[in-house]
Amino acid sequence: MMKQNEERIFDIRDIRVTFDTPDGAVEAVRGVDMHVNAGETVAVVGESGSGKSQIMMASMGLLAANGSVSGSVTYRGQELIGLPRAKLNRIRGAKITMIFQEPMTSLDPLYTIERQICEPIRVHGGLSAGAARQRALELLKLVHIPDPERRMKSYPHELSGGQRQRVMIAMALANDPDLLIADEPTTALDVTIQAEILGLLAELQKKLGMAILFITHDLGIVEAFADRVYVMQKGLVVETGGTEDIFQRPQKDYTKMLLAAEPEGHKPPVGDDQPILLDARDMCVTFTIKGGFLSGPGYEVKAVQNVGLTLRAGQTIGIVGESGSGKSTLGRALLQLLPSEGRVVYQGTSIQGFDRAAMRPFRRNLQMVFQDPYGSLSPRMTVGEIITEGLLVHEPSLSGRERDRRAIQALEEVGLDPSMRNRFPHEFSGGQRQRIAIARAVILKPTVIVLDEPTSALDRSVQKQIITLLRRIQESHNLSFIFISHDLAVVKALSDYAIVMRSGKVVEEGPTSEVFDNPQSEYTKDLMEAAFNLREVLNRQAAARV
Amino acid sequence: MLGYAVRRLLGAIPTLFLIVTFAFFLMRVAPGGPFDRERTLEAKVLENLNRVFHLDKPVWEQYFYYLGNLARGDLGPSFIYRDFSVQQLLGNGLPVSIQLGGMALLVALLIGCVLGSIAALRQNSWIDYSVIAVATFGITVPNFVVAPLLSLIFGVWFSLLPAGGWNSPESMVLPVITLALPQVAIIARLIRGSMIEALRSDHVRTARAYGLPTRMIVVVHALRAACLPVISYLGPAAAALLTGSVVVETIFGLPGIGRYFVQGALNRDYTLVMGTVIIIAVFVVVFNLIVDLLYAALDPRVRYD
Repeated sequence: MMKQNEERIFDIRDIRVTFDTPDGAVEAVRGVDMHVNAGETVAVVGESGSGKSQIMMASMGLLAANGSVSGSVTYRGQELIGLPRAKLNRIRGAKITMIFQEPMTSLDPLYTIERQICEPIRVHGGLSAGAARQRALELLKLVHIPDPERRMKSYPHELSGGQRQRVMIAMALANDPDLLIADEPTTALDVTIQAEILGLLAELQKKLGMAILFITHDLGIVEAFADRVYVMQKGLVVETGGTEDIFQRPQKDYTKMLLAAEPEGHKPPVGDDQPILLDARDMCVTFTIKGGFLSGPGYEVKAVQNVGLTLRAGQTIGIVGESGSGKSTLGRALLQLLPSEGRVVYQGTSIQGFDRAAMRPFRRNLQMVFQDPYGSLSPRMTVGEIITEGLLVHEPSLSGRERDRRAIQALEEVGLDPSMRNRFPHEFSGGQRQRIAIARAVILKPTVIVLDEPTSALDRSVQKQIITLLRRIQESHNLSFIFISHDLAVVKALSDYAIVMRSGKVVEEGPTSEVFDNPQSEYTKDLMEAAFNLREVLNRQAAARV
Repeated sequence: MLGYAVRRLLGAIPTLFLIVTFAFFLMRVAPGGPFDRERTLEAKVLENLNRVFHLDKPVWEQYFYYLGNLARGDLGPSFIYRDFSVQQLLGNGLPVSIQLGGMALLVALLIGCVLGSIAALRQNSWIDYSVIAVATFGITVPNFVVAPLLSLIFGVWFSLLPAGGWNSPESMVLPVITLALPQVAIIARLIRGSMIEALRSDHVRTARAYGLPTRMIVVVHALRAACLPVISYLGPAAAALLTGSVVVETIFGLPGIGRYFVQGALNRDYTLVMGTVIIIAVFVVVFNLIVDLLYAALDPRVRYD
């Protein structure tokens, strides 16, 4: 990391951010001091709701209409809080620039890349259209966009997520900023793309010398990337210091807890003597994009190609892959939630091609838990109704009292207070909702649960609790899991057999310990490196540039 | 894109055919005929009339006869307005209706977009609330109340504008206002809603974070996105406005085609009704196509090929 001089360019003092909500005022940030020196990389790390993003939004005058800010934020001695918009507009986008978490939506879908990069160049630099275009082209080359001439004319939806984030970075660099604020810029990206973007940021910082203020929940990134760290919790900075100090010698309990929240442990493989529950061979899923009189010929997308797996009692098969790898599609096809080709045998019965009615008796044994704990629970049903709904179908003879008893039992099993069963989903946190989703599956006493990214929307510390919970219920019921995730750390901790997918095909598979510790294919190696050894990857990228 | 437009227009032919067929038989199912009067005509006269207008033939024969004429671009003679063909009637009335509707549409778009945008930018302020109040008023008060009121106030009491007729540019003002008012209200509400959403979107946040002037953010980044739902609404709305309004034409005494539809239906003036139906159907088809093409022009994510 580069040596910085000690000139403070960005100084935040006693900043407080309050949101006026229907439930009263909510203090998101409760008096935080923070600073950035010229050229250094500072990380602000915290879980969701810690207020880390809101500090930056407030500093840049981007708070939502119901937010208010007090305190002081200075850039090279100039106070930004309360600065008239015209003056603030001379700083933001020029001296201080931002990139955001959602590269998909942060660019205007209606305008070309060229137009969007040129806008801030022309507004701040006063360049002519031709000169701005030239500058935009240089910037796209700087962020290594392939074929920049052609890309200038592209619209955001024609670019991948990684490319869009590169475009955002190009915009951010357009006016030679002093400070780049990066708000979770790689969270929505796959790990290998994340490593590329972080490498790019490090490279550009070295070349251009701006300071970077990096907001993230990911400690792996902090360790690999930052000189200094602020750890935030519930609107306050709980600990701050050099990255190495914080990681080696954390002082505060919360920091220690965060550091320990990386998923750990592993699952021993099950023996070959265990009965086979689910056996799938040559699974193929093809999506046909329909053509027609008005839309021209259709075409086909092969989402899953010739994938097979054998799931034994008590086993957890982890399916890992990046977005678009077909892992979720495979999970749905196995449970006959999607039309597919191939062969799926559940405990000796071929269920391939079964329609809804034919599948019904099997559904209670083959359950599914989804990623989105917000969208997959009906908002107008109580938790008790949600988790007992399956019983109405599969055990219609149960009395109301008996159903209630089962609901209490299931809630206790997933670590929720059964007295909360008359509440509605919105009254629960993300982690609690995921527990509810698990209770809904477990109450039917299934043998197989397909878990589709069940921990991806959750903070690491909550993830860890869910992992512990899944382990416990697996042991007590001898359950089998198919665990689908892009998060390699979670798969490593939970599964005993791993399948790596890419573009609908299996790249590599085997016992988890072998796939993770001794990957064979290049792709798996890259994946593992990007996920577990980010610092190494970044160092290597830096070395390659010298 | 051109290929798409051509395909869409070709695709409209069967649609129009179905509409014509349906309307034709629906009219014949309705009891009564064009020559039924309170005072019954002499049997011989009626027979002659029926023969001239081919009403003595079986209905299916009349249908093919009508289709044959239609294919040659002949909408037939009007049964009631003797000495006039349907072409002549519509040809005289349509320019009036189009002028009137077109002006109303322009006025509505302009005022609606401005009001809606201002309301969105000042969300939950008194300006916003007044715009919503005006919009609600515009939607709820029917034009048969607005038209005579305007006519009374500006035409009779203050004598500022002609209370009716169609002979000077001033005479267009009141009918245009009457026609535009509900459209202003609907467009303002649409724009307000989509503008509020657009102003909260991530890419507008990006634009603000990059220090772009507010005017540029609103006009370039928010308004264009906010216009998309309005454009979808405009297809059917434009078709309806341009083909005339019975109430407005009747109250202001305008020679448009809106009144023909109702009069023709009441008089069982078969050919006139068919002519009006065809005009409206063609307008709906054409404007929906225009909307779809406009949509693709405004939103690069929409592609037809």
